[in-house]
Amino acid sequence: MKSLAELEQIRKQTLERINLRREDKGSEVRVVVGMATCGIAAGARNVMMAFMTEASKRKLSHVTISQTGCIGTCRFEPMADVFIPGQDKVTYVNLDERKAARIVSEHIVNGNPVKEFTITNQDLAQEKGNAQ
Amino acid sequence: MIIYRSHILVCGGTGCTSSGSNTLMERFEQQLKEHKLDREVSLVKTGCFGLCEAGPVVIVYPEGTFYSRVRPEDVDEIVSEHMLKGRIVRHLVYHHQEEAQEEGQSLNDIEFYKHQTRVALRNCGVIDPENIDEYIAFDGYKALATALTQQTPQEVVDIIKASGLRGRGGGGFPTGLKWQLCKDVPGEKKFVICNADEGDPGAFMDRSVLEGDPHAVLEAMAICGYAVGADEGYIYVRAEYPIAVNRLKIAIHKAREYGLLGSKILGTDFSFDVHIRLGAGAFVCGEEMALMTSIEGNRGEPKPKPPFPATQGLFNLPTNINNVETYANIPQILINGADWFRSMGTERSPGTKVFALGGKINNTGLVEVSMGTPLRQVIYDIGGGIPGGKQFKAVQTGGPSGGCIPESLIDVPIEYDSLTKIGSMMGSGGMIVMDEDNCMVDIARFFLDFTVDESCGKCTPCRVGTKRMLEILDRIVEGKGEEGDLERLEQLAESISDTALCGLGQTAPNPVLSTIKYFREEYEAHIKEKRCPAHHCRELLHLEITDKCRGCTACFRVCPVGAISGTAREKHVIDVDKCIKCNSCIEKCHFDAIIKV
Repeated sequence: MKSLAELEQIRKQTLERINLRREDKGSEVRVVVGMATCGIAAGARNVMMAFMTEASKRKLSHVTISQTGCIGTCRFEPMADVFIPGQDKVTYVNLDERKAARIVSEHIVNGNPVKEFTITNQDLAQEKGNAQ
Repeated sequence: MIIYRSHILVCGGTGCTSSGSNTLMERFEQQLKEHKLDREVSLVKTGCFGLCEAGPVVIVYPEGTFYSRVRPEDVDEIVSEHMLKGRIVRHLVYHHQEEAQEEGQSLNDIEFYKHQTRVALRNCGVIDPENIDEYIAFDGYKALATALTQQTPQEVVDIIKASGLRGRGGGGFPTGLKWQLCKDVPGEKKFVICNADEGDPGAFMDRSVLEGDPHAVLEAMAICGYAVGADEGYIYVRAEYPIAVNRLKIAIHKAREYGLLGSKILGTDFSFDVHIRLGAGAFVCGEEMALMTSIEGNRGEPKPKPPFPATQGLFNLPTNINNVETYANIPQILINGADWFRSMGTERSPGTKVFALGGKINNTGLVEVSMGTPLRQVIYDIGGGIPGGKQFKAVQTGGPSGGCIPESLIDVPIEYDSLTKIGSMMGSGGMIVMDEDNCMVDIARFFLDFTVDESCGKCTPCRVGTKRMLEILDRIVEGKGEEGDLERLEQLAESISDTALCGLGQTAPNPVLSTIKYFREEYEAHIKEKRCPAHHCRELLHLEITDKCRGCTACFRVCPVGAISGTAREKHVIDVDKCIKCNSCIEKCHFDAIIKV
């Protein structure tokens, strides 16, 4: 025998699992991981799994994790874009599992992009390195 | 909680199953395992997406990519490209003909879905119909829970009344009023019946709802039971719908397990259980009185009304009977309110209606539109128009009880009253499109042939009258029509409508009457000139080889009866006496040299 409360609990739990199928994704946060040959070779699959595990752990049902092809800067792989509605896209580069976990907690949950992993800083650092 | 990053939805409706979606499921399962993606990607079998023409259909979320006509060998590519590398397999993506360049990616971008409003079909193609949790996730059983704990039966009836919902089986009787009548009859024991004996040729709305969202119907029946004071329900479903029956059985089993059917539902004092009864394929059993007689274990024959089912229905006890689609609307109305429902459709026909689009139309399938949508929009915008650049001629709504609507009336809004006014009817939702190649006399003959076959034989007007009408039509299409035939048909039609016992007989002449009304000149051509304007009726045409013939002998070789003679490189000749008009030569000819005259 199910009670009203149990029904509501099933509703919430299942919705978290299948939220992905809703067409209105207005409040959705998207993490897009580059998963072309270059990305996969650099370890993108582990990075993506880390994003998924971290999102599962924190029950972030409004986050979808998807993949995309190569965007041309293969030397920065594994890369990922984070889209939060109403904010600029943030591109992270040279990721690993540990970094992915930090992005979830600092950027997606707390709203502070992890500047040190973003492409601009990395890029500049590398350019500087070349100049020296 | 496990988060999957992607969901693959494979259509498990009857249309896609018959074009091989089960094989696709197996292949996906195997491929996902092989690529070690089964932890990341969830594979779900859903109900009908509606676009059966493009089946088997596969939808991938979160992108909402719509893959159409997927073959088993395409699965490997979808998994290795889309699932593994995130690259959408463009050449498998469905694209509307008009947007040939711009490939449709999300469901809502596709013309076919853009103009639709999905209420009864809202879960079809979204949830796994065999998983009760997914139904609950999308507010399933919430309406029942609210009704049982916070509303009196009268309040439930009042909401349905206020919504203006009318019977979706075709008659259009106000559902709230029906419930009220049944509720007001005193009695300890009452029944709730769901009519799922969908028999119109070319109609499959109810089947898709049962296949795609069976719990919606169960929930609505329980709500109805609570409202009218019944504790037992029957679903009368055609045995020809094995997938629907199977999913219903699973759904009933699950609902009982969850305590959403059975005794003391959700800890309240309300008990309700549902049984399935299989129909043996008689069309007349879709008529409510015959249906109940059949559930009782007798031969399915109608009874005179009154008494109506509300007072003396199943086993002579008060009974409420509604159609599948009507029930599918109920939980939504209770959750969102009567005003929400009234915000769709028209004043006298609120809400939406599901139609099964078939015949000469590009997007064969299932559509749900707001009432009041013009037929033109359904046929051209959603249905994608007529294939092969042919000319639209008429659309048949309401099946054997409905009528044909000519092009001049195609801007009529779809609602109960406007369709009845022009001699057709809403019906259960079959919509068959006809082009210039369809002979309207033959169409009328086809539907009447169906009714004659399906007449139960209990009352004379239907048993004998329709047979006589069919004989006249048979004569007409064979070129033996006589002056006065049309008048005879009209006279017979009128007496049958007035005197037949049940809806089957009363409405049987409609296809004939409406075609006489709008295509009288076509009947007259058959009768007076012995000519079929659509070049369809075999007895009234012969094949001829024109001067375009190059003497390639292709027709000569394909003719099964040796009716074509001639030598190579010279114009061939057809012997009209030998010719059986099988049209094989027309299909074979490369030069369009053979014509029907």
